[in-house]
Amino acid sequence: MKTRALRRTTALLAGVATTAIVLAGCAGGGDAASNDGDGDATATLTLATFNDMGYSDELLAEFTEETGIKVVHNKAATSNDARANFFQKLGKGGLADVEAVEVDWFTEMMKYSDLVVPVPDDLKGRWLDWKEAAATDADGNLVAYGTDMGPQSICYRADLFEAAGLPTDRAEVAELFPTWDAFFQVGSEYVEKTGTPFIDSANSLLQGFVNQLELAYEEPDGTIIAAENPDIRAAYDQVIDNGLPISAFAGQWSDDWYAAMAGGEFAAMLCPPWMHGIIAGEAPEVEGWDIANAFPEGGGNWGGSYLVVPADGKNTEAAQKLADWLTAPENQIKAFENAGTFPSQVEAQDSDAVTSYTNEYFNGAPTGQIGIDRANAIEVSTYKGEKYFQYHDALQNAITRVFDGLEDKETAWNTWLTEISGF
Amino acid sequence: MTATESRPQTRAAAPAAPPPRQPRVISFSHRLSRWDLKVSPYLYISPFFIMFAIVGLFPIAYTAVISFMDWDLVRNSGEFVGFDQYVWILTQPHFWTALRNTFSIFVLSSVPQLLLAIFIASVLDRNIRAKTFWRMSVLVPYVVAPVAVGLIFNAMFADKSGLINSWLQLIGISAIPWHVEPFWSHVAIATMVNYRWVGYNTLILLAAMQAVNRDFYEAATVDGAGPIRQFFSITMPSLKPTLIFVIITSTIGGLQIFDEPRVFDQFGRGGSAQQWLTITLYLYDIGWGQWNFGRAAAMAWILFIIILGIGLLNLLLTRTLVRDEGLRSELSKREQKRAARATKKTVKESQR
Repeated sequence: MKTRALRRTTALLAGVATTAIVLAGCAGGGDAASNDGDGDATATLTLATFNDMGYSDELLAEFTEETGIKVVHNKAATSNDARANFFQKLGKGGLADVEAVEVDWFTEMMKYSDLVVPVPDDLKGRWLDWKEAAATDADGNLVAYGTDMGPQSICYRADLFEAAGLPTDRAEVAELFPTWDAFFQVGSEYVEKTGTPFIDSANSLLQGFVNQLELAYEEPDGTIIAAENPDIRAAYDQVIDNGLPISAFAGQWSDDWYAAMAGGEFAAMLCPPWMHGIIAGEAPEVEGWDIANAFPEGGGNWGGSYLVVPADGKNTEAAQKLADWLTAPENQIKAFENAGTFPSQVEAQDSDAVTSYTNEYFNGAPTGQIGIDRANAIEVSTYKGEKYFQYHDALQNAITRVFDGLEDKETAWNTWLTEISGF
Repeated sequence: MTATESRPQTRAAAPAAPPPRQPRVISFSHRLSRWDLKVSPYLYISPFFIMFAIVGLFPIAYTAVISFMDWDLVRNSGEFVGFDQYVWILTQPHFWTALRNTFSIFVLSSVPQLLLAIFIASVLDRNIRAKTFWRMSVLVPYVVAPVAVGLIFNAMFADKSGLINSWLQLIGISAIPWHVEPFWSHVAIATMVNYRWVGYNTLILLAAMQAVNRDFYEAATVDGAGPIRQFFSITMPSLKPTLIFVIITSTIGGLQIFDEPRVFDQFGRGGSAQQWLTITLYLYDIGWGQWNFGRAAAMAWILFIIILGIGLLNLLLTRTLVRDEGLRSELSKREQKRAARATKKTVKESQR
């Protein structure tokens, strides 16, 4: 009897496994589409986002209360997953009624701007100029609703700064880094004194540099300038020469990087507002984190998202209403309070709720006001073309290779040149 | 000799003999039953082939078409470019690195995996307590989702905070740069693969071992052969066909390795210097990272051809090995039948 029962269990397991394998093959297709059938199309909308954009169930319930329209919220784990899903279904049906798009692949989407519904004219002017400009297509249509943005500042460990004899007060620290030179100066002093790295990763420094350039790898007309752009070479030199010696890791998001954040293996990070939640979440017991209202040489935007309404949706009018409502200043403020996603709406940035917002975890730092100041310091909006992701990723790899000692500076650069000539 | 002599006789005698009873079609039901005999088997197996044509053959053909085009996935349209995509792939240094990595990971995983599986299977084949428990438990790792395996092993193989490196340092060996050196990254990935597949292969080999006639072992024991001699002289030869099956499946699986290198770091793109970029990982990146489906399709076909080539090689090996073993006669079916008939005749004649 025992064996028979076991055999049956095995058969069952085998069956489940087979089903799982078959299902895995089509898993990509199911999520968004399955919600289409839920009752009356006018009464239900689907919203697809990624990571945590701050659209909590409570917030969406408010929308339902106001309009009687239910919202089904699908969250992808990462923006990469959302990207894969988005382009697989764009123009073919199956996307959610409202889709979130991240700035890094936003230009890719702009190529297909005719497949999404434009934003009504009366909403123009709700967002910062550059946020709107990036979402305006060749015909002058604004095609996406801006959600958040990433005005960078510097996050630092006050306790580690103190141990190294550096100032710890937020205002004093802010004065330490007027320029990148000063930043690297402080960094190397710190490394000399403590023998531990100053900043988390070399590739985030590259982000910092590239996000201050007007043009990175491509020109708006599609010309590739990656290899010739002196700014890119300068950024690369800076990161390799000055950044590597003070960095703990080559890149972010590795297991080691997360572990080091809690362990206090580095003292500072480039810090867009959406990073606050990540630090607080990964290092809940660390008490020293603070935020300086400063960024070397002005400001820079790192990340941020838009909402778009796919044109082949079942109910684009209601979907427009939802996108409008979610990106309305008052609701974006709620999202900011929920997840730290800093609003890109002019009005939201002027509101009391944002200006007076402080973050307990970061020693009560006025993250709202810091975000506003850093956003005001942004002078250029980097043009990120269709292939930005590919070029940037390859350059990050070059830096990683130098960091790991696999190649020297010139070899890694030349490998990059060969690599991008194939794109 | 009698066999060859008797053959013409039978042929010559055939017309003289009363005509053999031909199964004449008498009624519709008779005809139906004849069709039933001929057609039914094909009908029974048709569901698979119909399904295969829809979900297997069609995508393969479609991929072939796309591989000659510059394809825009979103607008579902393309421009014919001939063999450009193939040329592009074959001129990419990344492709050759990926090929090297794939084979390296394949060897590092398949060889220890099979050796280990044979060893565990032979242990499980012995008389131990709670057999079923042990047999079931070797399959447990196989049930764990590959991504979960990846996450766990990633934490263990982390360069600085990883468990394995801290163990190594504990016994005085310096930390291994798992994510930097190509060889070590292959070892780490192969470990994940082995963890998952050893149990699966063990069970298949165990099943084959159990089918070996126990009399052989008894006889060997009587003859004074020890367990090791018995293993090499009885178990291993009997395992040959099963081993070949296991080798072929693990070759195909090994060449398509994706999950483990995909989750080996946070980006899933094979490392900064393509240390652990495999062919399928590269394929995925071209398709879903760069949205270049023409190139991805060409890549898929190249992979298909590689697997086909190695599959053929496997097949050739299989045939020689099986023939050596003498399981199948070298004579064709017709020759065998003829020989059998001849023997029968000889026997009859001698009885007469």
